[in-house]
Amino acid sequence: MSLMNLFRRSPRGTADAARERLQILLSHERAELNSPDFLPQLQRDILNVIRKYVEIDDQRVQVKLDSDRNFSVLEVNIELPSDGERRFPPAP
Amino acid sequence: MAKVIVVTSGKGGVGKTTTSAAIATGLALRGFKTVIIDFDVGLRNVDLIMGCERRVVFDFINVINGDAKLHQALIKDKRVETLSILATSQTRDKDALTEEGVERIIAELAPLFDYIVCDSPAGIERGAHLAMYFADEAIVVANAEVSSVRDADRMIGLLTSKSRRAEQGQPMPQHLLLTRYDAERVERGEMLKVEDVQEILAVPLLGVVPECPSVLQASNVGMPVVLDDKSPAGKAYLDAVGRILGEETEIVIPRVARRGFIDRLLGRTA
Repeated sequence: MSLMNLFRRSPRGTADAARERLQILLSHERAELNSPDFLPQLQRDILNVIRKYVEIDDQRVQVKLDSDRNFSVLEVNIELPSDGERRFPPAP
Repeated sequence: MAKVIVVTSGKGGVGKTTTSAAIATGLALRGFKTVIIDFDVGLRNVDLIMGCERRVVFDFINVINGDAKLHQALIKDKRVETLSILATSQTRDKDALTEEGVERIIAELAPLFDYIVCDSPAGIERGAHLAMYFADEAIVVANAEVSSVRDADRMIGLLTSKSRRAEQGQPMPQHLLLTRYDAERVERGEMLKVEDVQEILAVPLLGVVPECPSVLQASNVGMPVVLDDKSPAGKAYLDAVGRILGEETEIVIPRVARRGFIDRLLGRTA
């Protein structure tokens, strides 16, 4: 056993996986923590306005704020359902 | 006026109370008048780790509510003259701790002490928020393990945005203290290295406390681990105290003693 270990290269440890997973996860979480509090409400408001005209899932509206040193970009991504699945809300 | 230091981590079980007790005792051993406050209302343990659980008559919540005077609730340590303990209550009332109350007690303690060490509960609820809110600097305790590092990162984010200093636009000095560090597991690639954790969290390193049987033994008898002069963990904490006081000592990172070829051949451990 100990004789075998002398010549065997130690396998890549799981600590490397831990480091990589943390680096990816934390870069996302830090961005979320720094995003202003009004984003979820803005997302709901936009969703409600669109719903007056088209029926749409909660997941189809994405609101993201990217901040650089000099300016911020508010990115709003609205994915409308395709013609086949489009339904119009009932007439008022 | 006292300097307020919060010991926090987000995650439970990483060694916050052990660290608070060790750092507070270490500062007191240097001659600074120090008080340690337990913010973990309902799950108090500082009294037990400090070995004064049978001397608690009045507590932090009693003083906040005006049921007792501060001097009645402060417990003087029997080993270190300059050290006092303010235990917390075992009440289940989660509203017992108020921001106004904590501010008032800290203001009352400040002229009497050089250091106020706030032992934060785990989590990010009211106790944890108030433990850090009035702090002048923070010790973030983490283990070299994914969930602990993630929670530590979250606490660092909260310290830099939700503390009073942050709200006033002042910097919030923070130190990372890595505890329960197991050099053998790091060597085998099973545990994150100090360098990895430090790079990920990007907070200055205050020290590395090795995983050590003496920590459990000290807690068994209610003695802060820094009072055990043979304990490697106690030694690491005393070094960290020196760094809080501005001493620029080199941080000793625990390493595995190298085994020679013959030892490895014979399967002997170092």
